[in-house]
Amino acid sequence: MAQVQATKFKNPVVNWIDSRLPIFTMLDHEYNHYPMPRNVNYLWAFGAIAGIMLMIMIATGLFLAMQYSSHTSLAFDSVERIMRDVNYGWLIRYVHANGASMFFIAVYIHMFRALYYGSYKAPREILWILGVIIFLVMMGTAFMGYVLPWGQMSFWGATVITNLFSAFPIVGDPIVTLLWGGFSVDNPTLNRFFALHFLLPFVLLGLVILHTAALHVCGSNNPLGIDAKGPQDTVPFNPYVTVKDGFAVVIFLIVYAAFVFFMPNYMGHPDNYIPANPLVTPAHIVPEWYFLPFYAMLRAIPDKLGGVLAMFGSIALLAFLPWLDRSKVRSCKFRPVYRQFFWILAIDALILGYAGSQPAEGSWLLIARVGTFYYFFHFLVLLPVLGKLERTRPLPNSISESVLKGGGGIAAGAHAKPMEKA
Amino acid sequence: MAQTTHPPGTGGHAASGGEGGSRRDFLYLATAAAGVVGAASAAWPFIDSLNPAADTLALASIDVDLAPVAVGQAITVTWRGKPVFVRHRTAEEIESAKTVNLGDLRDPVADDARVKKPEWLIVIGICTHLGCVPLGQKVTDPRGDYGGWFCPCHGSHYDTAGRIRKGPAPANLVLPTYAFTGDTKIRLG
Repeated sequence: MAQVQATKFKNPVVNWIDSRLPIFTMLDHEYNHYPMPRNVNYLWAFGAIAGIMLMIMIATGLFLAMQYSSHTSLAFDSVERIMRDVNYGWLIRYVHANGASMFFIAVYIHMFRALYYGSYKAPREILWILGVIIFLVMMGTAFMGYVLPWGQMSFWGATVITNLFSAFPIVGDPIVTLLWGGFSVDNPTLNRFFALHFLLPFVLLGLVILHTAALHVCGSNNPLGIDAKGPQDTVPFNPYVTVKDGFAVVIFLIVYAAFVFFMPNYMGHPDNYIPANPLVTPAHIVPEWYFLPFYAMLRAIPDKLGGVLAMFGSIALLAFLPWLDRSKVRSCKFRPVYRQFFWILAIDALILGYAGSQPAEGSWLLIARVGTFYYFFHFLVLLPVLGKLERTRPLPNSISESVLKGGGGIAAGAHAKPMEKA
Repeated sequence: MAQTTHPPGTGGHAASGGEGGSRRDFLYLATAAAGVVGAASAAWPFIDSLNPAADTLALASIDVDLAPVAVGQAITVTWRGKPVFVRHRTAEEIESAKTVNLGDLRDPVADDARVKKPEWLIVIGICTHLGCVPLGQKVTDPRGDYGGWFCPCHGSHYDTAGRIRKGPAPANLVLPTYAFTGDTKIRLG
């Protein structure tokens, strides 16, 4: 397009650089003029929020790493030193520790938004799969980060999670020994976890860039789930979405700050303030809250290998979602039956999470089993069948026709009426 | 108005008169100012976390007992991660330090100004040239042409008051902050 030629910058230095390395043209194109469907709601802000969280985690993590010692005899004390002696160390650590939870909150909302509005469907399959990979890498990063303070939960969490791999026949035990670098979770394990915990956020950053690049090929989905057909259906990213996302980020940060300043240990576990002891397991060990639904699935299956496969399978399954859901209609707005099941799945995930936090016995075990069964039933049976049987509602002709009452449509031009909120 | 969201050249400035423009400029400036203040206050805890921590500061002063150091001996103590030279000077060493003509010195300071008690010379044992630790604490070490210390890195010679006499170093060995807490006890820092 001639657009590239037309983009001239006022600043001669910017122009000079841009004609040699068109980063400003790229930024202008992707974050200034980039057309966003005019009807996106605040759920679309959680991608930006998750991105901000990644940056906060990298920044705080970098400064924590400057004070932390990844040796079993020093790790716990070095974390306490950060809390007590390092200037603002308490703040940086609480921002980081609560940041992990807030990052997962943002990402879970982001994922359920994609589920509700069918954002994973063609042509956004690779975008979605990259998201699933990001989720997996995030989980690995969070798990290894939780090991670093070397408290009781760190140690026993590391022991339990690495032992998952021992479920696999023949290769299981050698894999676990390889992960540990010894005969139990010990100093070599802590050292490599620290190295990987430092590396993986940058892998995440790379994946996020790919995720964004894939997004910008076909553009954002929207609550109607229909494609934008022209400029009357979109608004430029800046200022409309930058300001809207910015506002959402500020609200999110207020909630985040409330946790950091008023209940910084609410989402943690008190046992992790006891130094790691390889001879005594805490009576009741639970992972961080964001792993609970998967932990419930692990314990629901009365077979070691089966439980591990169910847990990994529940995530791997998500990568196949674009092909499991046979319906051509994206948004739940026009899928009355699927919408009911979506909410049942959301409640199922919450119940699984709660069951995962309870001791694995009695009725909670039964509930976890039913929940696990339903999870797989939803993705493997309901979605393919619904795609064939469900009678969807008629889709509107265009975003602008649906959103602008009185059919403001084509003639008015999208850019002339900025303040119409969907 | 929506016009300002477009790149320059899209036109349509009819609606935005001087009044609308200045109001928007004010909003931009106010937002930018709030953003700068916010970013700076968010950055400060990170920067300050790199400053010495409370436990580091707690180790910033130490007590040293000089009683076991005989005349002519020297000890090196670690203070704030640096070597501090404590030399129990002999009468000849004190004499040679006092009788030097100040005009011959590169960094002229009288011996009285470099000690609190003439027999105890206490200096930070780091060459003022590029930070090496000079030799001369042991009797067997080379002590340079002036009987004090000799820096092997680039050949600086210090005298018995720790003053630079020869070589590339620009200044005398630095004096640490210290006080005598007893006849033979000092507190560094």
